[in-house]
Amino acid sequence: MSTLLELEGLTTSFPIEGKLVPIVDEVSLKIDEGKCLALVGESGCGKSMTALSILRLVPRPGVITSGEIRIDGRNILPYSVPQMRAVRGDDVSMIFQEPMTSLNPVTRVGDQVLEALRLHEKVSKKAAQQRGVALFKRVGIPDPEARFRSYPHQMSGGLKQRVMIAMALITKPRLLLADEPTTALDVTIQAQIIELLRELQRDFKTAILLITHDLGVVNQLADEISVMYAGRVVETGPRQKLLGSPSHPYTKGLLAALPSRALPGQPLFEIQGTVPSPKDWPEGCRFRGRCAEAREVCAASIPRLQDNPPGLTRTACFAREESP
Amino acid sequence: MTDTSLSPALQALVSNSIVLLLIVGGVLGGRAIRKNDIWRGACSGLFARRRLSVIVVGLYVLVALADSISWVGGSAAGEDQVAAHEARSLIDRAFAGTKEKSYSAPFSKTEFYDKSPLRHPKKHWFGTDVLGLDVVYVTLKGAKVALLIGGLTSLITIPLALFFGMTAGYFGGKIDDAVFLLVSILASMPGILLLIVLIMVMGRSTLSVCIALGITSWVGFCRLSRGEAMKLRELDYVAAARALGASHTKILMRHILPNLMHLVVITFVLLFSSLVLAEATLAWLGIGVDGSWGQMIAAAKDELSRDPIVWWNIAPAGAALFFLLLAVNLVGDALRDVLDPRTLGERT
Repeated sequence: MSTLLELEGLTTSFPIEGKLVPIVDEVSLKIDEGKCLALVGESGCGKSMTALSILRLVPRPGVITSGEIRIDGRNILPYSVPQMRAVRGDDVSMIFQEPMTSLNPVTRVGDQVLEALRLHEKVSKKAAQQRGVALFKRVGIPDPEARFRSYPHQMSGGLKQRVMIAMALITKPRLLLADEPTTALDVTIQAQIIELLRELQRDFKTAILLITHDLGVVNQLADEISVMYAGRVVETGPRQKLLGSPSHPYTKGLLAALPSRALPGQPLFEIQGTVPSPKDWPEGCRFRGRCAEAREVCAASIPRLQDNPPGLTRTACFAREESP
Repeated sequence: MTDTSLSPALQALVSNSIVLLLIVGGVLGGRAIRKNDIWRGACSGLFARRRLSVIVVGLYVLVALADSISWVGGSAAGEDQVAAHEARSLIDRAFAGTKEKSYSAPFSKTEFYDKSPLRHPKKHWFGTDVLGLDVVYVTLKGAKVALLIGGLTSLITIPLALFFGMTAGYFGGKIDDAVFLLVSILASMPGILLLIVLIMVMGRSTLSVCIALGITSWVGFCRLSRGEAMKLRELDYVAAARALGASHTKILMRHILPNLMHLVVITFVLLFSSLVLAEATLAWLGIGVDGSWGQMIAAAKDELSRDPIVWWNIAPAGAALFFLLLAVNLVGDALRDVLDPRTLGERT
């Protein structure tokens, strides 16, 4: 299986109070063709910014300060604007968190989907329409011909998210960036959308970078998982290993905090403290303020991802290095 | 009333082709509206709420169109020979030969001052003016001038404001700074002073008055569209379009502009009435467009001090202006309601 997307030391910074703060800090990821990598972390940890960096759509005044983004082994950071436009939507598509506002309210949804196709391929209007309607059917939109001519306000949230997925997939991208695709939907619709994403991943051989804080979704979709904390990847590994035997204290804490793991009658587990804001991230390991296993070395330097003994994940933690 | 440099036949040709263009444009526009659910809903909603106002505005438009369809020749009896070589419109022809020598009161049989009999006794509903022209005729002719001022100036103002506002709001940064410098400079000058200077420089033709009004009135809508574009560019569907590889031009044309259209329509209607009013002010200052209601009012103000009072010149002009502005404002008000995006979903 060949590597589709590789991030190496990707750093995206924003100026905060006059100095550049890396919101995404030396993130390295790898997604193989047709696989699903879940990027997990709490709000503000830099997950979405990582996805936007891959498309080079970091909102101003943010900038990508270092690192490489390789698609098929080619670094896309030096690409010109037109070259980048050819990548966006064609090789890499993105679906957003909020289907309610991700569609233009004054344009028919069908036209919006076709626009996505016609930006990248020269197809006749009729052929494009046929492809669009077929894809609508494929993503489970009932009565696709009629829905093709609907306006967004005539659709429910679940339908809109299906339209968004159709819009992202119509060019047959090889990588889909899904930024919390189910967060804004209610639970039954969530399950349907996850099921749909799984089918589409299998049928279209599309790799997915799934950004979420919902471990239930991760469990159903992901092949690999990377956990982010305060802009850095702290642990990465195959799903079973990471969920089964996590080794970073933060990952352990996250999993222990799942309500389904709590014992009846006992208070729910919580990780003490709060996430530090980017402008006062501590020196060294950024989790050390909340970590039960923190030691002196944690304050001295930032831990890097290290191989753990076979059968375990890669972890950025000094505690693991000393006592595996 | 129009530029005298053109030959009468050419004048007729120009104004007839404009009428033709307007009718074709109206038909095509109507068709486009019928095909689009949102606009069709808005139009029927508008008609349901303000039927009378819409009809009144329509009547003004009809009068203006009738005053624009013109041709040369076919002189009526009792007219001077000059008229036979002029391009004369439907309205001109309908009132052909009604000219008296001087003032006469409404439905009067004799002239106002020397009591000599009129050529058309009891025919002048609102009497005649100082030149002996039927006041109804002069008032009807004013409709074209008013619509021309409102329409042509909006045609200058709105694209200008949209272009600057949209690019400033969407791109932000240096472009925004530059546009806002321009806007602030214009906004800091007293409007009426700038108008007078511009008209002095460009001359007092209809076109130059329209250009002057356009230059001084685009600032407000520019601010509005800039703010709206700033809001829209942050929306998810713009981000989604960028993530799909759309260029800035494409996003501006496909996503920003269509979402500003309701503002364009409302602004057009409200701007229209303020422009007609602004021209009346200019006419009062003596630099308005010939044949406008403003000019009629300005000319008639001295007649109010005569004894007995000559009221029939100012009343129809004032009423025509008042009812046009009232109807247009009511339509604009209703338009704002039916085009409000928050109520769009409920209605359809």
